[in-house]
Amino acid sequence: MNKKVAVYRREHFNAAHRLFNPGWDDARNEKVFGKCALPNYHGHNYELEVKVTGKPGKKTGYVIDLKELSDLIKREIHSRFDHKNLNLDTEEFKELNPTAENIAIVIYSLLRPHLNRKLDLQIRLYETPRNFVEYPVKEPVHFRS
Amino acid sequence: MVYLTRSEHFNAAHKLYNPAWTYEKNEEVFGKCANENWHGHNYELLVTVKGNPDPGTGFVFDVKKLSILIREHIIEQVDHRNLNADVPFMQGKMCSTENLAIAIWNELKPHLPGGVGLHCIKLYETPRIYVEYFGE
Repeated sequence: MNKKVAVYRREHFNAAHRLFNPGWDDARNEKVFGKCALPNYHGHNYELEVKVTGKPGKKTGYVIDLKELSDLIKREIHSRFDHKNLNLDTEEFKELNPTAENIAIVIYSLLRPHLNRKLDLQIRLYETPRNFVEYPVKEPVHFRS
Repeated sequence: MVYLTRSEHFNAAHKLYNPAWTYEKNEEVFGKCANENWHGHNYELLVTVKGNPDPGTGFVFDVKKLSILIREHIIEQVDHRNLNADVPFMQGKMCSTENLAIAIWNELKPHLPGGVGLHCIKLYETPRIYVEYFGE
C-alpha cells in the first residue's frame, strides 16, 4: 500500500535584486527585463513553500519533523538570502541571474543534500502574491494509446 | 460621509541607515535592515478618501481617476526603484515605512479635487507589518 503524504513548511525572506545579463548591453537588458533591470535594484517579500513527500515513519507518524525542516530552511536559505542583495551579497547569484526560476532551483539544490533520499522535495517560490514558480516539475504521465 | 479605498502595489529596494551615526550604531538599531547593499519588499498601498456621494454619479470620487492619480504620482516614482537612491520625495529622509506613508500623503493630497478629503494612507511593508497615517 502506497500511503505517501506531502507535508509543507512555509517561510519567507525579504531581498533586493535586479535582472541583468552582463553579456548584453544596457539597452538590450532594458528591452528584455524592463523595470526589473534598473541599476539601483528593487526588492520583494519572497514567500517560500517547501513540500516534502514520503511515507510517514512507523514510529513517529512523521514524513519529516517539521521543526527540523524549519531549522534546515532557516540555516540554509534564510541566513543566506534574508535582507540581502541577491546579486551582490550571495555566492549563488554572482554569475546567475536571480530570477524566481533560478532562485527556486538554487533553493532546491541547497536543501536536497540534507534530506533523506527516500523523500521527494519540491519548491514553490512566490516573488509577489501573483507571481510564483515551482521546481522540480513533475513530468506528465504518458499513457500508451 | 463615505470612505472609499483604492489598493495599489509596488516593489522596491531600501535600507534603514542613518548617515549621522556610525556603522556600529546603525547595525545596533536597525539590524539586518541596515545591510549596505539594500534589501527589498512588495509594498501594498491603500489610499482612503472621504466625501459625500455626488447625487449625479453616486461616487465619492471616480475610483479610476483615483487609481490614475496614485499611479502617476506614487507608483511611477517608486515601483522597481531604490527608495533611498531613486525617489525624489524620499531624499534626505529615513526610508522607514512610517516616513514613506507620510511622504505619499504629502504627494497625493494636493491632487485631490475639492469636496474629496484624504482620510488615510495604509502601507504594508510585508503581509505582517503595516502603518497608517491620517495626516495628524
